[in-house]
Amino acid sequence: MALVESQLVPEQALFDQVIPAGDGFTYLVKRGQVLRIVDLEGNQAADTLFYDAHEPSNRYSAVDTVREQGNIYLTTGTRLLSTEGDVLLTIVADTCGRHDTLGGACAAESNQVRYALEKKYMHACRDTFLLTIACCTPDLSKRDLAANVNFFMNVPVTSEGKLTFEDGVSGPGRYVEMRAERDVRVLISNCPQLNNPCNGYEPSEVRVLVWGQG
Amino acid sequence: MSEPRLILEEPLRGGQMWSRVLRRGQTLRLTDVEGGASVAALFYNAEELSERYNMPDTLKAQHTARLTANHVLYSDMGRVLCSVTEDTVGWHDTITGHGTALHNRKKYGEGSYQKLRNDRYCNSRDNFVVELGKYELGKRDIVANLNFFVKVVADAQGALSFVPENSRPGAYVTLRAELHTLIVLSNTPHPMDPRRAYAPRPVALTIRAGLPAAIEDPCRQSCPENGRGFTLTDGYFAGREAAWP
Repeated sequence: MALVESQLVPEQALFDQVIPAGDGFTYLVKRGQVLRIVDLEGNQAADTLFYDAHEPSNRYSAVDTVREQGNIYLTTGTRLLSTEGDVLLTIVADTCGRHDTLGGACAAESNQVRYALEKKYMHACRDTFLLTIACCTPDLSKRDLAANVNFFMNVPVTSEGKLTFEDGVSGPGRYVEMRAERDVRVLISNCPQLNNPCNGYEPSEVRVLVWGQG
Repeated sequence: MSEPRLILEEPLRGGQMWSRVLRRGQTLRLTDVEGGASVAALFYNAEELSERYNMPDTLKAQHTARLTANHVLYSDMGRVLCSVTEDTVGWHDTITGHGTALHNRKKYGEGSYQKLRNDRYCNSRDNFVVELGKYELGKRDIVANLNFFVKVVADAQGALSFVPENSRPGAYVTLRAELHTLIVLSNTPHPMDPRRAYAPRPVALTIRAGLPAAIEDPCRQSCPENGRGFTLTDGYFAGREAAWP
């Protein structure tokens, strides 16, 4: 895994915000702007969706992204493709080295399946997504919630077809940075999961920065 | 033991799309008549069309990146849409999506209706848009699909490769509906298939009567997650089994 650092400095960022664990976030990243997500304490999962800002049915597609690049892991050089085959963003720096896009987001219902029926009450990413789009992006609804990117999460697949959730390869201060190739709506759920190692059983903050023309 | 009552037999030509609501308990067998077929598939709860097949939930619940017998297909609501009750193929893909008109043009050339009539080069994206449109569904309802008869493997670095000849002539896979499930199929070449000619293979569809998964069913017992998934599915029908349609 080749790690690529960025030359951008936080002091010159246009936007800089910390997202607490379990919170949602949305932002319109304009074409040419650069978005960075920082795993402040390490082993956090930032569940992230992207939409063409002007045509939200043209949204991030995990399966098109992995098929067209011929690899299931996302890292520097990955072009995040949409359902229409457009490049939404390109990953330009990555000090983590590997990000998942097959593991999806947690939901109250899938937590019941995966862990125990009595886990239904626990906070989950889908709740965050639904609440965030309900208040900020009325053009989006549950129909628009498809398979997401899990930045900093490690979900290895074997050649025999096994899939597991492993301890993260991320660490404190690791980040991923991407350049918007068109105007893109970014939607993040900073994952509240307590039942698996995707965030080290200790969900923590992530930081979002944006550089470029305002 | 005699086969359960036959409801419908229907061919699925190369290039063709198809859909039907499979009632809870009914089974659908897809047979790869000549070998080398590829059928893209999407699944919805026919009673609540916003509930649909969820690739990540299906994979992580069963700790698998492929689908075969004794696996189930999960919806985004923690319920089982369909079980895979029989499979002579061994590997069906769900991580590499489906092709578009652009894929076809780049790989096979124009393939227009004007020239080829109904042997035109069909693609799964347009097939899905059309077939879903018949239910007032659209692009927003197209999610990561299943690819019957297709095998794509990832190596230790995550690199993907298409495995040719995954499915032999006569190979089949059987699904059992656990919800009343709208199944949408599109029979077109997989976008990673290296064959240079556009030549989708014929598939045979067979629907039979049946009952939902019994307590001792292998799909229910294949992992504790599936036991809970079926509990949630059974709970969804509690008290109204005979009420639909």
